[in-house]
Amino acid sequence: MPCSAPSQAFLIGTNLVRFEDVALRYGAGPEVLGGVSFNLRPGSFHFMTGASGAGKSSLLSMIYLARRPSGGKIHLFERDVATLSRHERANMRRRIGVVFQDFRLLDHLTALENVALPLKISGQRDEKVRHHVAELLAWVGLAEHLDAYPPVLSGGQKQRIAIARAVVGRPSLLLADEPTGNVDDRMAVRLLYLFEELNKLGTTIVIATHNESLVGRFNHPVLRLANSRARLESSGVSSGLDRGARPSKGSAA
Amino acid sequence: MLFRRSDVPLDSDASGRFLPWLVAVMVYLAALALVCALTMTRAISHWEKGLSGTMTIQIPQGLATQDGTEAKGAEAKGALARVTRVLLETPGVRQAEVLEAAEIERLLEPWLGAAAGLADLPVPALISVTLDAAAPPDLEALARRVAEAAPGAVVDSHQAWLGKVRDLARTVQLLSVLVVGLIGTGAIAIVAFATRMGLSVHGHVIELLHLIGARDAYVARQFQSHALRFALRGGVFGLALAIATVFLIGRTLGGGETILLPALSLQPLDWSVLLLLPVAVALVAMFTARTTVLRTLGRMP
Repeated sequence: MPCSAPSQAFLIGTNLVRFEDVALRYGAGPEVLGGVSFNLRPGSFHFMTGASGAGKSSLLSMIYLARRPSGGKIHLFERDVATLSRHERANMRRRIGVVFQDFRLLDHLTALENVALPLKISGQRDEKVRHHVAELLAWVGLAEHLDAYPPVLSGGQKQRIAIARAVVGRPSLLLADEPTGNVDDRMAVRLLYLFEELNKLGTTIVIATHNESLVGRFNHPVLRLANSRARLESSGVSSGLDRGARPSKGSAA
Repeated sequence: MLFRRSDVPLDSDASGRFLPWLVAVMVYLAALALVCALTMTRAISHWEKGLSGTMTIQIPQGLATQDGTEAKGAEAKGALARVTRVLLETPGVRQAEVLEAAEIERLLEPWLGAAAGLADLPVPALISVTLDAAAPPDLEALARRVAEAAPGAVVDSHQAWLGKVRDLARTVQLLSVLVVGLIGTGAIAIVAFATRMGLSVHGHVIELLHLIGARDAYVARQFQSHALRFALRGGVFGLALAIATVFLIGRTLGGGETILLPALSLQPLDWSVLLLLPVAVALVAMFTARTTVLRTLGRMP
């Protein structure tokens, strides 16, 4: 994976993501999330767990700027996101790779075109990126399916295309919403190794999952969502503190 | 290959196939109404040019005399000669021509049939008068003097008839313009609606592009260029059909000028107006697509 470390030295001692007393409600409904505060350091690797409906997806969507919080402050890359212009928000989204829970692949584009989309959007129209994209798809085990359209692929294959699309732009921050939801345990572990590889190259990673057994197999801090609150724990031991910049090397490494 | 394709699947969906046809029908109807309006404009000037310089004088025969054709003929001849002299003495009259019996017979044939002999009918003698369009004579004074020379003569300067026909033509012209306006408004509404419908199906594409960092202008460009292309394709097709229809009607009517209508052919002005039609409709589709996408994006933070 030809990922260069994203200006990590510059960000040392800072927070890539910072939530301050963040609340979220839809319309006039009850709060989905309230009083959520946490920091994510550059280069960290976190799991986010919670029962379905606990607000994992909602929390992630605020990080990738799809939703504005109804209360509190969110800082991304040391910028208060509320003060960003539309243009700056678009630029910031390009630094964040997202694996959506429902993949959100475009059915009329081939696997290759889907993965290349973020590059196209940021103006990279060089045919050379084709090689790069093909290489990435081979890396997630889809070398045989470059020109396949998503509807003919299995859930696991689509998930890997979604992951490839999320990482193709070498994001500084990768958010994955249940990225192992559609694959068997063996593939789930393999995909997590993949995320760890990316993390070693400097990408900050947040993985939302309700698969506690998977979380247990890797030694990473966990952001636990319950009763619309978030609590940060180091793996196993509840500490309420964030674990700092160094990605942990757990049993998986 | 990798980047040639649009991010938007409008080519393949129902709304994409529907839009060009819709535009084609709209442009077809609008083009026909437009040709109608333009032809009427030309017809009016054609009639005015053709008729305002002429006048017809009827001298009824045998109104006073009831005995013998000989006397009737002589009386009529005398009246004709007197009227012709009066006409030629009047400044502003360029030509006064007595219509031959054969000519009158030809004019009446459509109404009376070929078999009808003129001898049995009280057909008036006709004088076709050509006036100097630049300096026409005082028609009322002329009519008085003609009446003195031949009591019972009828001066028809075509003005009453021309006035009525002109009113009719103006009405048709106005209606055509109204129809063009209505179709134009309807086309804008329908094209806008179809474009918007098409886009609503692709809300997820818009959202995804937005979420992976596409700027609004980028997303809008994808859709607007697509709508422009599709509408233009439909518009050109509709216009081609309309032009073919006009030529077909023109040929059915005989091609050349008739007494009532000028040749139904397209002048340079008509061409430029007609060619603007599909372009205008395509631009409407494009701007609708653009504003729709931008509005959809505006709801996303």
